[in-house]
Amino acid sequence: MKKLTIPEEEHMLSGHTACLGCGATIAMRYVLKALGKNTILSIPACCWAVIPGVYPHRTLDVPLLYTAFEVTGAAISGIREALDAMGKEDVNVVGFAGDGGTADIGLQALSAAMERGHNVFYIMYDNEAYMNTGIQRSGSTPMGAWTTTTPGGKKRMYKWEPKKNVAEIMVAHNIPYVATATIAYPEDMIAKLRRAKEIKGPKFFQILSPCPTGWRHPPDKTVEISRLAVQTNVFPLYEVINGKYKISIKPKNPKPVKEYLRLQGRFRHLTEEEIEMIQKNVDDNWKALLKKERCSQEE
Amino acid sequence: MSVLLPEDPTPIAKVPSTENKTGGWRTFRPVIHYEKCIRCYICWKFCPDAAIYFASPEAHAAPKEALSKFDTVEINYDFCKGCGICANECPAKAIELVLEESAEGDEE
Repeated sequence: MKKLTIPEEEHMLSGHTACLGCGATIAMRYVLKALGKNTILSIPACCWAVIPGVYPHRTLDVPLLYTAFEVTGAAISGIREALDAMGKEDVNVVGFAGDGGTADIGLQALSAAMERGHNVFYIMYDNEAYMNTGIQRSGSTPMGAWTTTTPGGKKRMYKWEPKKNVAEIMVAHNIPYVATATIAYPEDMIAKLRRAKEIKGPKFFQILSPCPTGWRHPPDKTVEISRLAVQTNVFPLYEVINGKYKISIKPKNPKPVKEYLRLQGRFRHLTEEEIEMIQKNVDDNWKALLKKERCSQEE
Repeated sequence: MSVLLPEDPTPIAKVPSTENKTGGWRTFRPVIHYEKCIRCYICWKFCPDAAIYFASPEAHAAPKEALSKFDTVEINYDFCKGCGICANECPAKAIELVLEESAEGDEE
């Protein structure tokens, strides 16, 4: 006898080639637990293109189609329409891409797929840089982070542009379901995926998955950092159903952003003033989100 | 123009990755102290390698009588890469990370 808070079924096998303490594998594990075996995945070039191992090995229990970097959106649209033509409307079609393949390279195909309104899931697992190719800066890299293409130095060459908010870009497409989730809250993530499964139309998820290799933190802190991202309001968890915002977790006393930043080597160089600046940015974003929730609920 | 197809046209990856024993990557070995384990399954929930599995309730002694009807967990050292998330997340601090060299021979 056991009391579990998430489904016991397992569709991700052991023996994959992810790094120690990889957040993206935990995200995939929960996604497949929630959606079940009746799923087809499409994965572009990203960490997950490497994790299942080389041919003839497989790690996932579901069919998986590899695509080029920029066409995940087009690939899932095609799979969906083909399945619909064959009358298999109960199959979940999922695009599972990293932040580079979503926020930068794959944005046009994603935007087109969302606009056409195919009944698909698009899941962006956000590890905040091109981790697979060696930690290059992406549009989703947060403010102040070190990467190999923003290596720092005397002339402040760290990434100082704010993180691109892909979830908001998707809300602007007026799709029925947009949500953010993170690996430290599996019950929340699985409840959201199940809710989305009942909705017909394009569904977008942004899942924050810490990367020990690129974020420069010890592998055992993966889940702790992901939890801190929510408790410090750096990565708020919310869902947008037909334009109505609902914040899933509102921390009563948000922790200072410093606690989140100090655990990661990529933010090691930050001075007190710079941390102050990031704190202000996080507070502003949180206030704007609260306002959006209030305004969209009023109507 | 005729199209040439290979004899087996769809290359399907058939070999499960469980052939690939990733336990050799490990530096630190997580060891469960069952006298502290409260059977909350948080280690199972957060394992990125799906290397923690359930065993029968009788397999290990329970710290309290009330817990003895719940299943226990065991770690599959063939696949555990030793990231230590289980030890970090364990609310009862029942998992200890031991340096692999010093743990050798204890389990097998």
